Amino acid sequence: MIPRNLAANPRLSHWVSVRPDGTVDVRCGKVELGQGILTALAQIAADELDVAYDRIRMVPATTDSSPDEGLTAGSRSIEDSGAALRQVGAEVRAVFLAAAAKVLDSSELSVVDGLINDTVSYWDLLDDVDLDVEATGAVEPKPVAERKVMGTSPGRLDIPDKVYGRARFIHDLSLPGMLYGRAVRPPSRGATLVSLDTSKAAELDGVVEIVRDGDFLGVIADREETAVRAAGLLRCEWAERDSLPDVDAMPEFLMSRRTEDVTIVDESTSDDAVTTVAATYSRPYLSHASMAPSCGVARWDGDKLELWTHSQGLHPLRLDICRSLGVAIDQVTLHHVEGAGAYGHNGADDAAFDAVLLARAVNGRPVQVVWSRADELGWAPFGAAMAVHIEADLDAVGEVVAWRHDLYSNGHVSRPGFFAAPALLGSQLRTGTPPPVSMDPPFANGGGSERNSVPLYTFPGQRITKHRLLEMPLRTSSLRALGAYANVFAIESFVDELAFRAGVDPVRYRLRHLSDERARAVITAAADAAGWSRRGEGWGFAFARYSHHGAYCAVVAEVEAETSVRVKRLTLAVDAGAVVSPDGLRNQVEGGAIQSTSWTVKEQVRFDRSRVTSTDWESYPILRFSEVPEVEVVIVDRPDRPSLGAGETAQGPTAAAIANALHSALDVRVRDLPLTPAAIIAAL
Amino acid sequence: MSDETFRLLVNGAEVTVEADRDTPLLYALRNQLGLKGTRFGCGLGLCGSCNVLVDGRVVHSCDTPLWSVDGKAVRTVEGLGDSPLQRAMIDEQAAQCGYCVSGVVMTATALLARNSCPSECEVREALDGNLCRCGAHNRMVRAVLQASQIEAAQ
Repeated sequence: MIPRNLAANPRLSHWVSVRPDGTVDVRCGKVELGQGILTALAQIAADELDVAYDRIRMVPATTDSSPDEGLTAGSRSIEDSGAALRQVGAEVRAVFLAAAAKVLDSSELSVVDGLINDTVSYWDLLDDVDLDVEATGAVEPKPVAERKVMGTSPGRLDIPDKVYGRARFIHDLSLPGMLYGRAVRPPSRGATLVSLDTSKAAELDGVVEIVRDGDFLGVIADREETAVRAAGLLRCEWAERDSLPDVDAMPEFLMSRRTEDVTIVDESTSDDAVTTVAATYSRPYLSHASMAPSCGVARWDGDKLELWTHSQGLHPLRLDICRSLGVAIDQVTLHHVEGAGAYGHNGADDAAFDAVLLARAVNGRPVQVVWSRADELGWAPFGAAMAVHIEADLDAVGEVVAWRHDLYSNGHVSRPGFFAAPALLGSQLRTGTPPPVSMDPPFANGGGSERNSVPLYTFPGQRITKHRLLEMPLRTSSLRALGAYANVFAIESFVDELAFRAGVDPVRYRLRHLSDERARAVITAAADAAGWSRRGEGWGFAFARYSHHGAYCAVVAEVEAETSVRVKRLTLAVDAGAVVSPDGLRNQVEGGAIQSTSWTVKEQVRFDRSRVTSTDWESYPILRFSEVPEVEVVIVDRPDRPSLGAGETAQGPTAAAIANALHSALDVRVRDLPLTPAAIIAAL
Repeated sequence: MSDETFRLLVNGAEVTVEADRDTPLLYALRNQLGLKGTRFGCGLGLCGSCNVLVDGRVVHSCDTPLWSVDGKAVRTVEGLGDSPLQRAMIDEQAAQCGYCVSGVVMTATALLARNSCPSECEVREALDGNLCRCGAHNRMVRAVLQASQIEAAQ
């Protein structure tokens, strides 16, 4: 069978080249975002090719020569790219074996680290093989038991460079003749430029160009510090208007707008209901808040454009750039260079386009654009604010006989390449066009707002409806877990409320309503590892299977709370199918749990009626070292099952486990995130 | 902006930098001296990504003007050689994206210099000015503790 991503890029040579020096270049369309994906894919390739792991060189993605695998998103890289590389590896190995059979005149062949029958190596056979052929699907990848690199935890390929401070990030690029650019943003959404005085900035030594294209503004200088200073010296008068809702009444706002309503599940209900319980939960807009501001480097050479970017999707970004500027696709080459951790559609694409626009003014010279921290926190797309209303009808003995879930949200995708309208910030500013109202991926692919809105519990009579807003006060797009974070927070909080109402232990209540054996296993594993049976006050539990197709995750949270909540310990159990790298998996789940803790107890994008006001680390605080809980991750290994994406699985259950623990500690239910002291006091 | 000449001892080597006196040390290190290991994070001294040591003390290089470090000794992540702390960071796989790591390593290097055997609590407090978004905190704390034990054993 030919996996989907291989079918789309069928030539073996597109994926793998064996070099005369005995190294193996592996190309894939997935990009390193700090999640360790290239290391995991190298492990898979090494296994199937039968070469040592340290022979593999993962080539950074480029539109020139890498397979097009769309976006690096949705926790799908191991499932999709991993499956493709496994098949590619098996087929490339078979090609070399066929050549060796002729050279050695033997059909009894075995390979150890690229050396066949102790006699001839892959790199000896380069003149005898042709990898420029299409995959056939006729070769079977190895059975699980024969995989040697998979299931081990080799050191990540990229970590030494980062620990020794070597140039590795896009910010570290230093191309010959490179200039430094800065974009200057309006103070608020929808503001228009009334007047511009560039004289002060232009007087500065080293300012090369000042660019105005509609309401897109920027400066280019020979030094970075000069660009920063010149950007601050542009005298701009903007006409602003109030366009933002009341930050302290977001659920009311979300639940009162014009929406597109989509029924996700609609089951028939029984007549046994005697009472209905209901609750509404919400989360605010969240910022990606990556440690590095977004960055792009662009160079025009006549009509040709070369662009270095940390985008999650080179091909969709290229498409949008070409559409925006009327440039032919074959004139534009994009290279991926690592940025800081990306948790979804952040400012990477926009920063790339800023560089493209600025570099047009200095044809032939590369321009590097780095966003300011204020622009990163203020102008990158946000994770959408959401409100979730859940109702359950209970029968005479308190059993759920109907379950209704209504979620209200902007869409979770406004990525470039998917809209006719300009999706890049610079493009919107130069044309005076508002961003396209964000959409959602199809539910069959996990959905966006509605991700994880369908509980795995065996509650009958489910009716699940999504209400996607048709207006968008703040640009929203994909942030780690998309709608799953708020939906799981709501479902798992509500299930906890039902368990308390029924007077049943929350873990037992969940098990009673789950038939999926893998779900039951992770729940039991987390409860056992944490010592749930000996729990005291301040313990909370939650569970979800990410996006209906990904990894299973159960979380036990232990908190201390009075008028604020301190998360002391998190114990997570995760079933991600066959594990490629146990330490890589643990790192992702641990990191996801800590990030989710930060979202849950601290984070909220703040704004007044016109401007985003949370634009530095004091107004947008995130979790600090002394606030980080102890985290234990228990892996429920399923070597015989397909590997499942796990990068987002901890986000939702961690939030609900903390809120449930807070309830256990204080006997208050805080249903609006974040769980700040003010929110807790208000709920007391 | 007019250039002046500044003399610094960077990682043990005497260097001169020609730049405006208010230029942040960070940009001189990265763009003039090619030491890219020190990262820009916020420009306001609030995240620790740009931390370096000036005469042994932790300094945010993003908002430290060149005039203030004239004649002083600056140590960056590149100047640590291959320290036990760096080896411990690799051993613990103490990163996800790794962008904050240089700053964390510098802060922890200063901590270990003044307190060779810190408690976990002391490590966390020392690192509170360093932000990490990926959630690699606990691994980094373990790495610092591991390095302190290795150095103690030597």
